[in-house]
Amino acid sequence: MHQEIIMAGSGGQGVMVMGQLLAHAAVIEDKNVVWFPSYGPESRGGSADCTVIVSTDQIGSPMTENPDTLIAMNQIPLNKFVASVKREGVIVINSSLAEVPKDRSDCRIISVPANDIAVELGNLKIANMVMLGAFVELLRPVKLESVFLALRNVLPPHRHNLLPLNEQALKRGAELAG
Amino acid sequence: MATKTLMKGNEAIVKGAIAAGCRGFFGYPITPQNEIPEYMSSLMPKAGGVFVQAESEVASINMVYGAACTGTRVMTTSSSPGISLMQEGISYIAGAELPAVIVNVQRGGPGLGNIAVGQADYFQAVKGGGHGDYKLLTLAPWSVSECYHLTALAFDLADKYRNPVMVLADAILGQMIETIEVPDKIETYIPPKPWATTGRKNRDKNIINSLWIVPQVLEELNLKLQAKYALMIEHEVRYDEYKVEDADLVLVAYGTTSRLCKTVVDMARKEGLNVGLFRPISLFPFPSIPLEGLAERGKKLLVVEMSHGQMVEDVRLSVNGKTSVGFYGRSGGMVPTPSEILNQVRDTLNGGSSCSCCCRTRSEEVSR
Repeated sequence: MHQEIIMAGSGGQGVMVMGQLLAHAAVIEDKNVVWFPSYGPESRGGSADCTVIVSTDQIGSPMTENPDTLIAMNQIPLNKFVASVKREGVIVINSSLAEVPKDRSDCRIISVPANDIAVELGNLKIANMVMLGAFVELLRPVKLESVFLALRNVLPPHRHNLLPLNEQALKRGAELAG
Repeated sequence: MATKTLMKGNEAIVKGAIAAGCRGFFGYPITPQNEIPEYMSSLMPKAGGVFVQAESEVASINMVYGAACTGTRVMTTSSSPGISLMQEGISYIAGAELPAVIVNVQRGGPGLGNIAVGQADYFQAVKGGGHGDYKLLTLAPWSVSECYHLTALAFDLADKYRNPVMVLADAILGQMIETIEVPDKIETYIPPKPWATTGRKNRDKNIINSLWIVPQVLEELNLKLQAKYALMIEHEVRYDEYKVEDADLVLVAYGTTSRLCKTVVDMARKEGLNVGLFRPISLFPFPSIPLEGLAERGKKLLVVEMSHGQMVEDVRLSVNGKTSVGFYGRSGGMVPTPSEILNQVRDTLNGGSSCSCCCRTRSEEVSR
């Protein structure tokens, strides 16, 4: 098993956390993982993306030219990365903020109205977890249960009151993909 | 026992240093290594050590110089332009025969350059950098795990040879998060240091100095240093190989670039091309003999660096014309992609030597 994922959005949409949560879940399952952030003189609201590679083998390059999957939190990063997705790859788009790309009919495209679902759940910040839930259910780089476990490790104890909300958001995403 | 966890390369450097008994850190902020002083400022006092944010890199390295005189395990870290500022101090530390560890998380250069990744400080690390006939033992990690273990090893080697040791990392290694098994305890040996200036009490006074006015005396020091470097060449060569046994072409790369090249080896093998990877871990001493061995077995070499060709010179010196040595490099923060490198591999195996992918490419063949 070897999966290369680019998660992309705007600063504040939680793409770094989404990637790190997946990485922690991979460690729980004893898999190898690399997380690499875009970094530079970034500012709030600017573009933000990270690469996550999950593998049962030793990982070579920590970056990917042609990811198996792109998770795009809005239109701008979708436009930026859509062409790089490998042939017959997967594109998960936040359909609340982005339109289905027209020129990638080779890819499997999953539309997740993540912002709308997050608002329904009462917290817009949880949109990233909806996206992650959909992706994990679809491609199984890790089990959803491992993401739940990882949440417990990643969230500091005083934030554990948010566990049910996060789990709910992950499950809602998973249902959409299932 | 070891715990499998996730860690950033910069964090691993800190944890490896503290596990090895580093108890003095002196540094000045610069991207992309800022997590090192950040973690140090919190972990070093807990370990009973000293953390000082100096007023400049020049101050940092001279604080390292002073603190190293006491025999305490000490270090500083910086990135390319900051390391340049430290060169005078590093030369003094080498001249005074003091153990110290210096980490360079390389970025794009020359000048202030940028905060993206680079490998253009190879010459500075292994060919001197500062003035005088001195050498830094130089180690190059390729993973977060090696950021931990090679930093820890650096302290043992610094003490063993009473010589500064450099860990030459890069921005990607510093910034990426990766799986790492952290041992509960690491093996480390701190030798007795009868030379240290720890208060005279009842012994003869210890003087630590790098000023030797009488030429005969300074030449003696130089000969002693050279003998020490010869011992390093004999005992401290470290390298790693991946699928070189049946390879027709062997990629030679260190640090992040060697990670990219491992992917290239796997891609090439899928196409039926017999390609391997040779990865120097110690850059000084350079693994010349094993490279010469590859040349004698008829393997072509292709050196890949994030510079316009620095380590390639040592590779060419090592094989001394016994095989062809090609080169591919990107710079200024640009990372060579595995498919770019693979194009170069195909080209080299086909006997070509021209630019095959972009104007920044430089491909050269040297054969006799």
